[in-house]
Amino acid sequence: MPSLIDLRRRIRSVKNTQQITKAMKMVAAAKLRRAQERVLAARPYAEIYSHMLADVAGAAAAAGAEVSHPLLAVRAEKRILLVLVTSDRGLAGAFNSNLTKAAWAFAGEHQEAEILVEAIGRKGRDFFQRRSVKLTGEHLGVVDKARFADASAIARKVAGLYEAEEIDAVYLIYNEFKSVISQKLTLTKLLPVAMEASEEPKDYIYEQPPGQLLGTLLPKYVETGIYRAMLESAASEHAARMTAMDAATTNAADVIEGLTLHLNRVRQASITKEIIEIVSGAAALG
Amino acid sequence: MSTFILEVATPEKLVVRNDASEAQIPGSAGMLGILPGHASLISEIEAGELTYILEGKKRTLAVAKGWVQVTANKVRVLVDSCEAPEEIDVKRAEESLKRANARLLSPKQDLDIARALNAAKRAQARLEVARGNS
Repeated sequence: MPSLIDLRRRIRSVKNTQQITKAMKMVAAAKLRRAQERVLAARPYAEIYSHMLADVAGAAAAAGAEVSHPLLAVRAEKRILLVLVTSDRGLAGAFNSNLTKAAWAFAGEHQEAEILVEAIGRKGRDFFQRRSVKLTGEHLGVVDKARFADASAIARKVAGLYEAEEIDAVYLIYNEFKSVISQKLTLTKLLPVAMEASEEPKDYIYEQPPGQLLGTLLPKYVETGIYRAMLESAASEHAARMTAMDAATTNAADVIEGLTLHLNRVRQASITKEIIEIVSGAAALG
Repeated sequence: MSTFILEVATPEKLVVRNDASEAQIPGSAGMLGILPGHASLISEIEAGELTYILEGKKRTLAVAKGWVQVTANKVRVLVDSCEAPEEIDVKRAEESLKRANARLLSPKQDLDIARALNAAKRAQARLEVARGNS
């Protein structure tokens, strides 16, 4: 039976942990709000961009010109690059393990192809470093800041590999932010670009030929795709951490309650024992 | 006075959404002057000075390269970066202009000329916009 001192010490220790988890929850909530704002702020550009791309693609197709661009080239998928967006830090529940599990399963499903991984975030890098998967690059500490320049640099590198035919397809795995309590694991194909050309091309004056415009627009597709994944992932990470830390705080409260009950019982038992001893001692004397 | 809606967006945020009565946009094939009722148009944009007139007052922005789409009474500009004069870090722009020029003057083998040129133009535009204001 644990002594009273031991029990008191454990209660104190759980209380300390509870304070930490509570603080982490609050920090995550504040960061979540900022991350959500950034997701919203990035929407107008993405919307305008996708309309423009569809119009230009439609016009290029209507002009009868053969629409060809290195980023549109479809090849047999012999070497697949996975762009895996995880977080740099843990303590976010199943946030990272869901991602790495899905990435690992994806590699299992594509055993005939060689899988390469471009890791954005420490957790994904750590996971694949320990396994027989080649990492083409790692980017730590970029998701939280979520600057477009970082996404753009990664995108240029990925697009470069694709254009050099070092890789035949690029998939993106990240957690999409649905709500504070739900993050959706998303696996999308980034390259080759699957373009949706608008059916009825509008009557635009094109200062540059649509084919040329397409050539400058398409690299942006990869950049905005990766940027969006980073933003969504950052928001999801904070949401997941908030939920996890909330659960941890509640759990700590339960543990404290159980321990306190136990402590009181032990204390009561020792008092009862002492009384019995005194009473029986007195009885023996009398 | 008739106006059109001007939207300027960077990947990170929507910078401007305003009713403008006139806009001058640095298209890569020359300056584009846009007035209300302009024909639909799509063009590339070079790094440069974008000006528009809001309630009779002229406003200037330094933009990096991107695209513009003009539709019925809506002008939507997508650029890599966009700054109002008071947001520009003159010292940084000066340094990056110097850096880009140095790179262009003594080209190394793996130099990406288009990128260096664009960096120089962007810095130039920032400086011009910043000075025009003061």
